[in-house]
Amino acid sequence: MRVHLHPQRRTVDIDGRRRVGQLLAELGVLPGTAMVIRGDVLLTDAEMVEDAEEIEIRAVISGGSGA
Amino acid sequence: MKCTRCRGAAEVQLRAHNSAFCRPCYLLFFRRQVERAIASENMFTKEERLLIAVSGGKDSLALWDVLVDLGYDTTGLYLGLGIGAYSSRSHDKAAAFAAARGLALRVVELAEEGPGMAVPAVAGLTRRPACSACGTMKRHYFDQVAHDEGFDVLLTGHNLDDEAARLMGNVLRWQRDHLARQRPVLPPSHPKFVRKVKPLFLCSEYETAVYAFMRGIDYIVEECPNAAGASQLVYKDTLNRLEAASPGTKQAFVKEFLRTGQPAFASTEAREAPRECTGCGMPSYGELCAFCSMMRAVQARAASRAAASDRAAPA
Repeated sequence: MRVHLHPQRRTVDIDGRRRVGQLLAELGVLPGTAMVIRGDVLLTDAEMVEDAEEIEIRAVISGGSGA
Repeated sequence: MKCTRCRGAAEVQLRAHNSAFCRPCYLLFFRRQVERAIASENMFTKEERLLIAVSGGKDSLALWDVLVDLGYDTTGLYLGLGIGAYSSRSHDKAAAFAAARGLALRVVELAEEGPGMAVPAVAGLTRRPACSACGTMKRHYFDQVAHDEGFDVLLTGHNLDDEAARLMGNVLRWQRDHLARQRPVLPPSHPKFVRKVKPLFLCSEYETAVYAFMRGIDYIVEECPNAAGASQLVYKDTLNRLEAASPGTKQAFVKEFLRTGQPAFASTEAREAPRECTGCGMPSYGELCAFCSMMRAVQARAASRAAASDRAAPA
């Protein structure tokens, strides 16, 4: 599968189908810190991502002075 | 995974709430969370004029979207910080959001306020961390626009993660005066201040991002280039590790502080009423407000650099 990481603008290719939760753990992404997007739908940790699919992992954390 | 509310297929799982939701039920859940926060903290009414500080990011645009949906009288305020292409893209997102919905957006560009006023220049000339300079500029312009243009309330998109990280920073340094004032509603302490509120204070960053995504809000995903290494991000990462091990930790940390800790600090940290800054006339606890002090430092440093440059120039 092809995984696009935002805002890092990095793409990684990973072999083999996986559950979303397992994929996030392998990539070192903490639960609740990123949305996993397939097309225009969000995926929960229990969803399976197939080898031929393309997904986006979009971080949700922002920081700095706030506001 | 099934939606906790309608038993349809869930699109989002919220461990802190021990729930999962499909898209329509999630949007309802999020709006209700915001409505409950507004009502329980008596933040504002539909008769008041609301000024929302918008950055082009997910939190402020999600907040604006919910408030428009709920029928509040809103105006956006975008402050152009002058942080290169990042600021240009942020402005574009905020402007496109407002234009697509026919909403009023007030824009202040720091670079047009005077020479050396953009955040990178101020940070460089004063040798302050960019986030510190940025925060001082934001507070000044938000307060001034709210006062000058007759708004009743100033709203920011600070979320649960922002509040938990700020609380952690304040606790680690036992900043009693900051702890006394950390709450979702700050009543005005001077006639030139307006009420300041944070309606998303119990919504996590993940929840606001999911709301923005599901609503099709085109927000700026990239991080401010100055935020790298900011202590707030270190606190957020620590809190997210705790949250992963024990879901609901961030919410309990903030909620319990507001219920028990904050009132205790507020009762012992009485602060005298502010006077008016001799520079800009806005409320201040010293002769000059933080903004005017910083601007004096900018002017002094710029003058000293210009003099050094003149001395170095060949005759």
